Amino acid sequence: MFGRLTLGQIPYHNGIVLGAFIFAAGAGLVIMAALTYYRKWGYLIREWITSLDHKKIGVMYIIVGLVMLFRGFIDGVMIRTQQAMADGPHSAGHLQALHGYLPPFHFDQIYSSHGTIMIIFAVTVVLTGFQNIIVPLQIGARDMAFPYLNAVSLWLTAAGAALVMISLFVGDFSHAGWVGIIPLTELPYSPGVGVDYWDWALQLSSLGTTLGALNLITTIVMMRAPGMTWFRMPFFTWASLSTQTIGLTAFPVLGVALALLSSDRYLGTHFYTGGMGGNLMLYTDLFWIWGHPEVYFIILPAWGIMSEVIPVFSEKALFGYTVMVAATLSIAGLSWAVWLHHFFTMGAGPGVNLFFSVSTMLVGIPTGVKVFNWSLTLYRGRLRFETPMLWAIGGLILLLVGGLTGMMLAIPAINYTVHNSVFVIAHFHMMFLVSVYGIFAGMMFWFPKVFGFRLDENSGRKFFIFFSLGTATTFSAMFTLGFMGMTRRLDYLYDPHWQPLLDIEEFGIFLYCVAVFYFFKMIYVSLRDRAKESHGQDVWSTSRTLEWMTLTPVPYYNFAVIPEVHGRDEWASRRESGFEDSGPEEYEDIHLPKSSIAPAVIGALAFGFGFGMTWRIWWMAGLSLLGIIGVVILRSFADQSGIVLSADAVRRMEQKPEGTGIITDHISPPVAELEALS
Amino acid sequence: MSRTERLTPSHRLWARHHPEPDPIAMKTLGFWLYMMSDALIFAGLFAAYAVLDHKFNAAGGPQIKNVVHPLEAFVQTIVVFTSVLAYSLAMVGLKARNRMFVLAGLLSAFVLGGVFLGLEINDFATLVAHGITPERSGLMSIFFVLIATHGLHMAFGMLWMAVMMAQVALKGFTTEVVTRLLNLRLFWVFQASIWVCMFVFVYLNGAF
Repeated sequence: MFGRLTLGQIPYHNGIVLGAFIFAAGAGLVIMAALTYYRKWGYLIREWITSLDHKKIGVMYIIVGLVMLFRGFIDGVMIRTQQAMADGPHSAGHLQALHGYLPPFHFDQIYSSHGTIMIIFAVTVVLTGFQNIIVPLQIGARDMAFPYLNAVSLWLTAAGAALVMISLFVGDFSHAGWVGIIPLTELPYSPGVGVDYWDWALQLSSLGTTLGALNLITTIVMMRAPGMTWFRMPFFTWASLSTQTIGLTAFPVLGVALALLSSDRYLGTHFYTGGMGGNLMLYTDLFWIWGHPEVYFIILPAWGIMSEVIPVFSEKALFGYTVMVAATLSIAGLSWAVWLHHFFTMGAGPGVNLFFSVSTMLVGIPTGVKVFNWSLTLYRGRLRFETPMLWAIGGLILLLVGGLTGMMLAIPAINYTVHNSVFVIAHFHMMFLVSVYGIFAGMMFWFPKVFGFRLDENSGRKFFIFFSLGTATTFSAMFTLGFMGMTRRLDYLYDPHWQPLLDIEEFGIFLYCVAVFYFFKMIYVSLRDRAKESHGQDVWSTSRTLEWMTLTPVPYYNFAVIPEVHGRDEWASRRESGFEDSGPEEYEDIHLPKSSIAPAVIGALAFGFGFGMTWRIWWMAGLSLLGIIGVVILRSFADQSGIVLSADAVRRMEQKPEGTGIITDHISPPVAELEALS
Repeated sequence: MSRTERLTPSHRLWARHHPEPDPIAMKTLGFWLYMMSDALIFAGLFAAYAVLDHKFNAAGGPQIKNVVHPLEAFVQTIVVFTSVLAYSLAMVGLKARNRMFVLAGLLSAFVLGGVFLGLEINDFATLVAHGITPERSGLMSIFFVLIATHGLHMAFGMLWMAVMMAQVALKGFTTEVVTRLLNLRLFWVFQASIWVCMFVFVYLNGAF
């Protein structure tokens, strides 16, 4: 009846997992109780769960991503603490572990979930959220090309994230690393459900990302405001276009790599098995053919954010816009030609290694161009060091460290000596942190646009300072440890000489914890003082692109009348030419999509499918799949005409004073104002 | 150095009566992009086939030349392209706004798709009856999975066709129905083209 699922699979005997469960269940109960007490269930379902508004979908993406970022961070803390405790043969063991406090199997699950979560469910998801919110605004569109599909993408991603989360409390997670080391992920070596959780979680979110990619590309191609030619597009939109091109082409390959693995595990085929004609390198190649473009999938939008933030706080146009566009596109193209540098040591031969070494170094050229262009944007600018700018410049500096160590790793001779060492780990953490710095820059930068009030500058600054101190401390020690020969994924470390550096890393983690405290404080203080911090449409007063032209918080129809675009930085030209307040004289009716519960139902069924497959509860998986097909067919028969907001209603909305709440009625359509389109 | 554009009062600031993008054009572009991701799924599988098509990967079991019959596959090719032809005739009916014509075309395309799938299932059943299963070796795994993936796409296309027949009958030629018919045509032609690749790389290349 329930496949492999029994009560014994709930690991209540493990104190750490039990603690996490109590924390998560308690937090969940508090949230549900609060929703019931304040009678917010209806609001939540009406305004958020069923919403097809790209801004709300973006906000939900970012919330999912930040929750996962927090979970991934806790995993990171646990990894570092284990390693700091488990160095040397005389290191003590606690909680039934021989060394440190985590038994090897548990430790393996933690580093696997840390990687999976941070890459797939935190950074990717948050950046997708930013693109959802900002791209339609920047190109002067009212919504995405396919609002309904957009919601489906969100809920598929959320279903994947939920699978990862539930693996903490029901059964195990994968112990085979975030890359799914083959043949460890094969059934004989991983008979449990951990690998299946990992597999289906990735599969679902990868499907969501692919659908999101085609949606964003269509939006950018088809929905630009009149006058916005390709080379007048704001740079973040270019970054998003390059990113989503990667997303559209790379993620299906991940789907194939994982589907063949599932086929091995469920049907007994021999794609990646050691014997019977399987090929281990086939998996490694397919995975990294997706895996390396994925790296750029998460860094290009972050660079896009930096390219928006730096000009605004330098009070200058972006230096070398055309070259920047070319650089972004060429990085997206090159991302397809470098995957083998992830396994130089696996016997591909000197010719192949040489090709991938050179192609990897080629990536350094457009990246270098970007670094110079940002620096030249800063050069002789009127610089203001507000929090978004701090994060952007922090990202710029990390990019230098990460990029230059990347160039070292591109040389096969060096790569052989540091292969699988924590030097590599420190390198790619530098690069991912560029994405994270980009995310926080974007968060500080656009938060006031979306919600109508600023994030607290004081604690935001402390958040930045402690985060950066943590980065410097942790990873300079990690680079050094890599050179000293420490390899990755060790639950027990044999060399006592590493202890001081491991302690320094642990101290760095402590600094990160302080930073997280200031992050929460920043959110709390900003919410508390939101009335004081509220502002008009252009909070930074030097913003340049279209998104700053709309009301704040952005009304659900984005632009009352679509603006004509005359140049690259339309809003900056209007401000500098004195047309800041020239609103439209006349309004017109606006067509908008109706809300729909179907995407959330599809997400829930997708979760049911993933859970059923993981535990081999065939009826559950089968019914969920049929359910998804049924919902899609039913909806295709339904009336899909949208709603119309009359010109009068638009006028009234536009003339209201600015809202100050987190979610004012500016953001959600007042039901009374709507007339069903016949 | 790029300079910020100066605006004068003669510039039109707001695009009044800005038409919304053509829904058919937009959905067609979106569907082309979707087909691109589908093409990459097949590209990945073909790459896997190229890697696993080696006598070592047969693990002592049958090789491709022992399991394929190009002539039978040629019959399948004829069937799938006749189905595409029937679908195209339905599109002629769409231009004429003739509901019965469209339904007849869709039904023929549907039936021919069913014949194609029947031949494929029969082919698989014969192999399995001879003890040749996907579990036999890496080579047989990719052979079955590659062809079954295409078969699944065909089955999905047939389900879509069934839904479209109902919609044409119930709703007539609304913008949405027309968009879906056009995109289904794209999907159906694409699956036929993928079959050509299978025929060439698996059936012809494998047999000779």
